[in-house]
Amino acid sequence: MAGDIYKKPVLLAVMATVAISVGSIVTMAYPMLRADMHPKLDNLKPFTPLQLAGRDVYQREGCVGCHTQTVRPLASEVARYGDYSKAGEFAYDHPFLWGSKRTGPDLAREGGLRPDGWHQQHYANPQAFAARSNMPSYGWLKGRPLDAATVADHMNALAFVHPELKTDLAAVKASVEGKDELDALVAYTQWLGTSVQRRQAAEVDLALANPVAGRPEAIARGKKLFADNCAVCHGEEAEGQEGVAPSLVDDEFLGATPDLPDAAYFAIISGGSDAKPIAGRAGAKDGGMTAFGGQLSKEDIWSVIAWVRAQKAHEKAEGKVK
Amino acid sequence: MNEYRYDNQTVQGFILSAIFWGVVGILVGLLISVQLWAPAANFAPYLTYGRLRPVHTNGLAFGLGIGAIFGLSYYILIRLCRRPLLFPRLARVHLWLFNAAIALAALSLMAGYTQSNEYAELEWPLDVGVVVLWVMFAVNVFGTIIKRKDAQMYVSLWYIIATVVAVAVLYLVNNLSIPAGLTKSYHLFAGVNSANVQWWYGHNAVGFIFTTPILAMFYYFLPKAIGVPIFSHRLSILAFWSLVFGYLWTGAHHLVYSPVPDWIQTLGIVFTLFLIAPSWGSVVNGYYTVGADWSKMRSNYLTKFFILGITFYGLQTVQGPTQSLRVVSQLIHFTDWVPGHVHMGTMGWVTMTVCASVYYVIPKIYGTTIYSEKIANVHFWLVLVGQLLFSVTMWITGIQQGAMWKATNPDGTLKYTFVETLAKNYPYWHTRTLAGIVFTVGMLFFIYNVLMTIQKGKALQSSGAPAPAAAPAA
Repeated sequence: MAGDIYKKPVLLAVMATVAISVGSIVTMAYPMLRADMHPKLDNLKPFTPLQLAGRDVYQREGCVGCHTQTVRPLASEVARYGDYSKAGEFAYDHPFLWGSKRTGPDLAREGGLRPDGWHQQHYANPQAFAARSNMPSYGWLKGRPLDAATVADHMNALAFVHPELKTDLAAVKASVEGKDELDALVAYTQWLGTSVQRRQAAEVDLALANPVAGRPEAIARGKKLFADNCAVCHGEEAEGQEGVAPSLVDDEFLGATPDLPDAAYFAIISGGSDAKPIAGRAGAKDGGMTAFGGQLSKEDIWSVIAWVRAQKAHEKAEGKVK
Repeated sequence: MNEYRYDNQTVQGFILSAIFWGVVGILVGLLISVQLWAPAANFAPYLTYGRLRPVHTNGLAFGLGIGAIFGLSYYILIRLCRRPLLFPRLARVHLWLFNAAIALAALSLMAGYTQSNEYAELEWPLDVGVVVLWVMFAVNVFGTIIKRKDAQMYVSLWYIIATVVAVAVLYLVNNLSIPAGLTKSYHLFAGVNSANVQWWYGHNAVGFIFTTPILAMFYYFLPKAIGVPIFSHRLSILAFWSLVFGYLWTGAHHLVYSPVPDWIQTLGIVFTLFLIAPSWGSVVNGYYTVGADWSKMRSNYLTKFFILGITFYGLQTVQGPTQSLRVVSQLIHFTDWVPGHVHMGTMGWVTMTVCASVYYVIPKIYGTTIYSEKIANVHFWLVLVGQLLFSVTMWITGIQQGAMWKATNPDGTLKYTFVETLAKNYPYWHTRTLAGIVFTVGMLFFIYNVLMTIQKGKALQSSGAPAPAAAPAA
């Protein structure tokens, strides 16, 4: 009689175990045996000791509580962050750090997007970059030394499942020598998403003229857009910030003179650093211009350039730049 | 008779411990809610949002939740088995170890020792401690049940048995990790696999901490408190088996649109929808039980706690499946909607049911009555208003966030920068803190009422009156 099970606790426990096992096996245990749960992109590079130390800091500080690391395959997300996340990007992620809450922006495509100096300053004082940001300051990580022996232990623990991570102490020392926790966190941030090919910058005809050049309403609009999107790095007056972003009012562009025409500016603003080949210059090695093509309309971008040109003329007139 | 008194002291110890950790967890929750709109409130590294959020979730899920589950399960065991615990001293050691573990857990999380998996943050030495605690619990549960004096096992005992088994399996598998020192380990699983194991665990931690043991309380204490038998035994059997079968399939609804294989996501969504049936089986059972005499809502102050609790359980188990649908998930996933959802379950269903059970148990232990029904009613309304204000506010801001993230201009470019979408949350985050304060004040009324009832009971005991609760009645 089936009702007897409610008089037999051990049988009930066994039956309950069977009941919970079915779903567990089908959705959790069985997938582990399939290759599609263990994918690895060809471009995926294992962590350097410094990057792993940074990831440890990221874990310790609970960054995952506010930042996701997975871009969903939705048009708006791809526009905001970049290519959607691939299963093969995370082969070294023990555990995954995708997060479940996006109080701050997704970081899956953060690597290489901005220069190290930007991150150093932003971690120290997020509100200087976005007044309404609610991110706490992590400036206190600066100057906290990394212990090479601990980092080596961590690398070698992961080597248990990834033999290629096996690292001797000397190699770890070489990687973390003279670096602090903030450097490590920045190095990890710059690693994020680097296994996925960056969005290809759209072709821009360099002969194109700025359709709104010199128009007062475009300059006014560009001024506001610049203040909202560009000033955090390039400075309020477009004068640039040492170690973060270059001046836009001098005669250099991408690290060389002479200045280039508006269409080259358009290419870089729209496509970010990836558009450097279109502009035809190498620029700074760690230069990391964000691509605004997904966020600003064409007219917006031309307006920003119109303002930058007006600003340059203004600064020249004042004799601040040659 | 003294054996019962000893066990009752253990039960009361767990209840008071749970209340203590509940206060800690709620206060930490208030602080991190302030930190969301005032970053300057991240006072020191060990008091930053990133480190305190797991203190809040672990403190309440494990400190308050598991503490109450241990204590109230022991109480239910004693009554339904018609005998004292088989190992009363083990249960007492269990109590002390439990408190030590939660204290260490809070301190270690503040120190930044974390595995980064939600609800499985504790580092491996503490995991070992948790396993020991769970084995101690299991030994008493099974020992006492096997040596019970009543052949038939009531539904609450099934739910307790299922909880013991399922939590053991979940915890052991998801906490498999590679130790890299005493305070650091790496999840044994990587990437998509890590995500899939973690959310199989994470969702079922909700299922077997916030659902099955709470249902055990609901099925036992509701009929006891109002003096009406449960409406349908057959329905409870159906609901039990379909719940424990269905729950374990659903973890991937936390991973919709993630790189985890689509078929796992789809299975997760399908079974999540299926779970509406057993969940509402219990809801219907609760409603029809009270339905035998709705005047109990007025005449018995505990009834409304149970009925509102099961109502929020019912809403939770419809909202959850709705959220799992891809079309809804794409809008609200990663937004504040989700904390709104979670808090309806924890502040509504779990807190209401646990508080009502405690209100029932404490006077029973001393053979007295509650200190003040009036205070209990104030507690009820404050907690209800606080919770509703919290959840509704979070749903609104979640929809707004999701919509702003998606909004595009006619040319396909995004309408808002991320910071613009964040800045819009501030008024809602202020309201959330306010809601938390209202809820906290409600809980303070509860604690005061419980402590005064204990005072009253102790005064009664020292005056030499017998404790009628010593003779158990199932």
